Amino acid sequence: MRSSRHDLPGWLIIPAGVGLALVLLPLAALAVRVDWTHLPALVSTPASHAALWLSLRTATASTVLCLVLGVPMAVVLARTTFWGHGVVRALVLLPLVLPPVVGGIALLNAFGRHGLVGQYLDVAGVRIAFSTTAVVLAQSFVALPFLVLAVEGTIRTSGGRYEEVAATLGARPTTVLRRVTLPLILPGLASGAVLAFARALGEFGATVTFAGSREGVTRTLPIEIYLQREVDPDAAVALSMVLVAVALLVVGLAGARRAVRS
Amino acid sequence: MRSPYRSAACVGGTVAALLGLVMSVGGCSAATSEGSGSPDRRTLTVFAAASLTKVFEQIGADVEARHPGLDVTFVFGGSSDLVAQLQHGAPGDVLATADPTTMDKAAKAGVVSGTTTFFTSNVLTIAVPSSNPAGITTFADLAKPTVDVVICAPQVPCGKAAAAAQRAYGVRLAPKSEESSVTAVLAKVSTGEADAGLVYVTDALAARARVDSVPLDKAAATRTRYPIAVLTATERAGTGADAAAFVAAVTGAPGQARLTAAGFGPA
Repeated sequence: MRSSRHDLPGWLIIPAGVGLALVLLPLAALAVRVDWTHLPALVSTPASHAALWLSLRTATASTVLCLVLGVPMAVVLARTTFWGHGVVRALVLLPLVLPPVVGGIALLNAFGRHGLVGQYLDVAGVRIAFSTTAVVLAQSFVALPFLVLAVEGTIRTSGGRYEEVAATLGARPTTVLRRVTLPLILPGLASGAVLAFARALGEFGATVTFAGSREGVTRTLPIEIYLQREVDPDAAVALSMVLVAVALLVVGLAGARRAVRS
Repeated sequence: MRSPYRSAACVGGTVAALLGLVMSVGGCSAATSEGSGSPDRRTLTVFAAASLTKVFEQIGADVEARHPGLDVTFVFGGSSDLVAQLQHGAPGDVLATADPTTMDKAAKAGVVSGTTTFFTSNVLTIAVPSSNPAGITTFADLAKPTVDVVICAPQVPCGKAAAAAQRAYGVRLAPKSEESSVTAVLAKVSTGEADAGLVYVTDALAARARVDSVPLDKAAATRTRYPIAVLTATERAGTGADAAAFVAAVTGAPGQARLTAAGFGPA
């Protein structure tokens, strides 16, 4: 078996192959099931277009929100120590293990009409539930840990040498962050953003519980697929292939960038 | 250099043994769920729409009491989900759906082939959070711009009934959300997120601790009939006696009494 830098033990390929089969088999079954001749017609309905466009818009907005909030979180978690650091980190990663529907219920109890924060927002005339904002919130809630994990890991492994050198040369902390830290962690940041985008795109449980389901406003593609299953399983399968294709595109593009870099 | 093939065969053998173990466990559970089991206990599997959960469990207990040695197990879910499961080979004996269209789909797929009997019906009502904060009294109130109303999506049976209601009253609703199940609509209403929702009378009755109902005077326009049928596989296997007994219990007087008590209407 060819390998560029290390000699891999040959038997490794067996469990790796089984794992690959576990992932590829259901996708292959889906591809076989798709009615390829009618695929364009099945995915060209106004409802499908609305759902896909909404999914892309909200997933992008969620990724941006995750970047704006997640990178500072990751920097703080990786570069500081304080009492309760472990607990805070565990809490930040909680949405990873929480069932999405539970996340949706939690968001509802926080930002819903009678929620902890929501009740005050409601008095001020701000309604979050049933809006596209709710979709972005739900997607960000589940996708944030992916970004934080990826970026935090990259910061830890990049060490602090360059930052120290920059500081001794007279750079202020903000300048160090901007001109040394961020460029160093850019690959990790990119892969974290891709993961967050993919997770946000496929988000279903929290969105449907917190934001509801209304065409063009809150009915993202996964919710549209779930609904189509009731009447037209062929359309549901076709839309699923669209989602798979978009996900492959996003993840593939990110992977290609990394391959070109190295 | 040591041959990689020997260690590969070693690990390959271990993996094969593990896979064999997993599959035999799976095979064991599949065999017992077939219902053949021990000769003195028989199992009847009933696939029923989610709205029938409580009342069918009661009828199932009645049937078990009258037929010693029979275990009645249920699979509850959305009607389309149930038909899809049966199409993909899930073992079952009886199917009861929440509308005739889904039963027709099952018939077209060959899952049911014998006679279908209508055994009950359901109508819609307006569900509001306890104490009716938005003061809903009529169907027209649901169309007010200040009212957040949630209904089922038209692709599901309760959504079709909601569309029928809108036609009957001549009112177009602009719902804040069109859910995939009645449970989701009920959840939005009971938590107070929505001011009102269109749900089945039976669901509002079952959740009366959390929601209030505003009955519809034109409820009859939203009437949906529930069909029940014995599955083709059971008829073919000749094990239909228990299935027929269950259907008879549902359509007979005691079963009908239970359905009426739960808020269901006549077939």
